[in-house]
Amino acid sequence: MNVFDILGPVMIGPSSSHTAGAARLGRVTRALLGTEPVQAEIRLHGSFAKTYKGHGTDRALVAGILGMETDDPGLRNALETARERGLEVTFKTVELDGAHPNTAWILLTDAAGDQVSLIGSSIGGGNILVTKLNGMDVYFTGEKETLIVRHQDVPGIIASVTEVAALAGANISNFRLSRKEKGGEAVMTIELDGSFGPDLALAVRHLPHIYSSILLMPVS
Amino acid sequence: MSVQYQSLAELAALAEEQGEPISALVLRQQAEQLEISEEEVYERMASTYRVMGECIEPGCDPGLRSTSGLTGGSAAKMRAVSEGGKSLTGSVISGALYRALAVSELNASMGRIVAAPTAGSCGILPAAVLTMQAERDLSERECVMALFTASAVGMVIANNACLAGAQGGCQAECGSASAMAAAAIVELAGGSPKMITHAVAIALKNILGLVCDPVAGLVEIPCIKRNASGVAGAFVAAEMALAGIRSAIPADEVIWAMKKVGDSMPQSLRETAEGGLAATPTGQRLHKQVFG
Repeated sequence: MNVFDILGPVMIGPSSSHTAGAARLGRVTRALLGTEPVQAEIRLHGSFAKTYKGHGTDRALVAGILGMETDDPGLRNALETARERGLEVTFKTVELDGAHPNTAWILLTDAAGDQVSLIGSSIGGGNILVTKLNGMDVYFTGEKETLIVRHQDVPGIIASVTEVAALAGANISNFRLSRKEKGGEAVMTIELDGSFGPDLALAVRHLPHIYSSILLMPVS
Repeated sequence: MSVQYQSLAELAALAEEQGEPISALVLRQQAEQLEISEEEVYERMASTYRVMGECIEPGCDPGLRSTSGLTGGSAAKMRAVSEGGKSLTGSVISGALYRALAVSELNASMGRIVAAPTAGSCGILPAAVLTMQAERDLSERECVMALFTASAVGMVIANNACLAGAQGGCQAECGSASAMAAAAIVELAGGSPKMITHAVAIALKNILGLVCDPVAGLVEIPCIKRNASGVAGAFVAAEMALAGIRSAIPADEVIWAMKKVGDSMPQSLRETAEGGLAATPTGQRLHKQVFG
């Protein structure tokens, strides 16, 4: 523990699980889409479904989808900003079996019709847990730097992605791959020891058969 | 002897033995712990203090309303009285009240704040330090240093009890913030490390047992006004400690008592919005008004 655990974080009120965590879920979904979304369909489960209006969870989710940082004062006006920027947003409430109380399902569509869907939870203190990506089972919290790569399931793809990580000097602490069907869309989640930043994701993005590649930074 | 943040008595004794304020001791130790220079640690705290200061103007907007629509606008009213010279309690207390309301109302309306130590209690420490700066014409450096003393108090409380309303009730959130603020005020007023421990003890004793019972589960009613009373309590405790008044029960034992009281609080009074003010007819009606 240090003084900044006591005085901090700098955050958008009223509570980090309803604002910072929700905004991070939105940001991750946007980053995985990799383009500007024009449509956002959001379904809220549990406590998120019951209290999202009073806590501003809806605004925080949309702020993240618009690409705002979790401590951006613009969070408050995110619904208006979405309208101005031509992002169409719809909210529904839903029951997801066995999900964490603060869980959202997010579907983003861009102008070309490409889509990313995600199920994730805000698990306290601004931390998140993502459990589904485009219908595939995933599991990442973003507590460590995490490389998330959407790609086509082709032979040698794991080797080429991990080689980029190896060349950057990154030690992999956890690796997971999930796919819909052989040869179809797949997703790698790779947790790393240490700090590498977005350049690593960019290097992976330039490999063949990669749809999108992001580096999720831990909550500071 | 190294700084451990397990006991306020030890921390004060160490500071007195070395003939320096608690804040200087904490800054040096934190630089070692975080493995960065003292100047970098200081600068990080200075930027934290600036974010606190930036909360006041937007928080005092008379048109400010929370996301739920339940609260907003009290800081503006309090500030008008304070700056109009019409305050009953004078510019120090009324100034602290409007600043605490401002930060807390800004939090409820999705503004940018510093958790100090939590979002629910974010108005108390900024109000104490910013008011001291305004009233005593202090430098930013003095104020930033006082935040190190306040953080040290927060760490001792976290190590021996807790800081979350869901765990220990409001006494753990606003109580801890009030104790931290009292410590900062005493240091800024030139009090000794021992006086700081007495101020912490008095501030925490006076809030002991306070439950966490937010209406509709929102960080608004009664949280915002408890931030105001938390900073007033900090000035009350600091004033007494600076006068040489001692707490019969030492600060470390008050923290222990706070933990025990928190442990024996029923679940309904620990942030679940099932008891206390949340369970009143009006509390229930407001809950319905917001969430249907």
